[in-house]
Amino acid sequence: MNSLDRIIKSDERAIFELRALYKSFGYSQYKMSRFEEYDLYVRNKDFLLSDEVITFTDRNGRLLALKPDVTLSIIKNSSDEKGLVEKLYYNENVYRVAPGTHNFKEIMQAGLECIGDLSFYDISEVVLLAAKSLSLISESYVLDISHMGLIAAVLEDAGLSPQGKKQALTFLNQKNPHELLSLCEAEGIDKEKSEKIAALAEISGTTEEILSKLKEILTSEGEIKAFAEFRTLFEIINEAGFGDNVRIDFSVGNNMKYYSGVVFNGYVEGIPTSVLSGGQYDKLLAKMKKGSSAIGFAIYLDLLERFEDECLGYDIDTVLLNDGSTDPIILSEIANKLHSEGGVLVTSAIPKNIKYRRLMEIKEGVVTILNEND
Amino acid sequence: MKMINVALPKGRLGEKVYNFFKNSGYECPSIEEPSRKLIFENPEKGVRYFWVKPSDVAIYVERGAADIGVAGKDILLEYTPDIYELLDLDLGKCRMAVAAKKDFKDNPSNTLRVATKFPNIAEKFYNSKGRDIDIIKLNGSIEIAPILGLSDVIVDIVETGTTLRENDLEVVETIVPISARFIANKSSFKFKNQEITAITRGLREQLEASK
Repeated sequence: MNSLDRIIKSDERAIFELRALYKSFGYSQYKMSRFEEYDLYVRNKDFLLSDEVITFTDRNGRLLALKPDVTLSIIKNSSDEKGLVEKLYYNENVYRVAPGTHNFKEIMQAGLECIGDLSFYDISEVVLLAAKSLSLISESYVLDISHMGLIAAVLEDAGLSPQGKKQALTFLNQKNPHELLSLCEAEGIDKEKSEKIAALAEISGTTEEILSKLKEILTSEGEIKAFAEFRTLFEIINEAGFGDNVRIDFSVGNNMKYYSGVVFNGYVEGIPTSVLSGGQYDKLLAKMKKGSSAIGFAIYLDLLERFEDECLGYDIDTVLLNDGSTDPIILSEIANKLHSEGGVLVTSAIPKNIKYRRLMEIKEGVVTILNEND
Repeated sequence: MKMINVALPKGRLGEKVYNFFKNSGYECPSIEEPSRKLIFENPEKGVRYFWVKPSDVAIYVERGAADIGVAGKDILLEYTPDIYELLDLDLGKCRMAVAAKKDFKDNPSNTLRVATKFPNIAEKFYNSKGRDIDIIKLNGSIEIAPILGLSDVIVDIVETGTTLRENDLEVVETIVPISARFIANKSSFKFKNQEITAITRGLREQLEASK
């Protein structure tokens, strides 16, 4: 680990590396104001991870919000011109209530959005960028991919009620086959179709195995169309060398109101929740009266804090205890010399909560090593 | 083999659940010795068990302190943790129900006062019916609320119904059946997939054999 690596925290390092990655694919940075009109969020409440927003009235009487999300602002400002694709990335602080708590948190979020007249290449590029982003954060990562179009087609083919579809998505999200089967039974769905829905929750194995299983069970026109898109995407992923880390998992994404095609969640080992989430959200654009398509993802950089405790060994290499008896010129010379070997803290007493590699003492110009933690 | 952390609910249900794990080949002899320890490990089998308050199991699993655990469906419905619910273990079976005094007559023109330990479940249930309610959150002895006039009805777990009968109460409506569920942390499921899948398979076999 070089000295720069030791100073830069995981989230800061990730910001620099992600920025370089996105720029190298022609994405330009999107900067937004801290505030946005509250109306934008309240109209699309369900799209937000938490519907609680910090609001205040500005001096003109407008109700503003501290931004809980970046995507909605980007869409609002997108041009929606035929034939045009906008590729934008951002790193912004957002403000929302963390799940399981009642407190607002400032969350550092990075991400990108690709909006406009999208081709399948654009969609696969975003998915690959999601995988590449995760690989920059950790060597041990998984990107789970699902397809809302495919799930919607399976649920539609089974003939579930609108309320039933909503519940089925929740159970799929929990990988919960037993509740899915009970739901289908309650809705009078036949055995074959019920088992097809439950299979989505349980399906496992390599990508190839899952794709061939899916090919056998997917029969309706909508299912076959979505499956073909899904299979092409995985060919591209394998070709790009991400096949080992990208997996098919239908527990991803539970919002059919906004998401229409590919949806994905990213995990890195050592962090208990997903650090990346995204997908194709054409339906949100349609709701905002835009005819374009869009796909994007966000990375929750605040979660990378969990890495620090495990990664950092020492706060400083050397603590040099100075009792004040040494000539300042000699002390400065010695401190400079020690600096060439690593970080040095010159102090009269050891600060609390500091982890050092070596404890030294200087008395009347004489340096003694008191303790080494190697 | 990666070590799997298992959060078990303290109490009678937890002991039954441990036996399920044991019979599936994940025994940990130290857990069966009388002691006040809370964490038990069997490195050979790659499992580490710990006892926690039943209502806390889902929190340990959601936040990754435990990779897997067993929690009641009541807790999962009330707190909606972001976890995988892999199996219904068919243990600790009971139901979430609305109960009231035997002579209770519902008057839909009044706000219904509901005493419960499960405000989210109660709210969701009555919202789905479009009924206006006033939730009174209690932490125990829920049955006493309608008797003393604190509430019109209660929403609580009913196992045999004995406590209700002894207090002159009766079940008005069942909200949802409850049983113990085998749950997993989403991230652990990705990175300890082989181990968790093997445990799930073992438990499923046990479950099918016991039917």
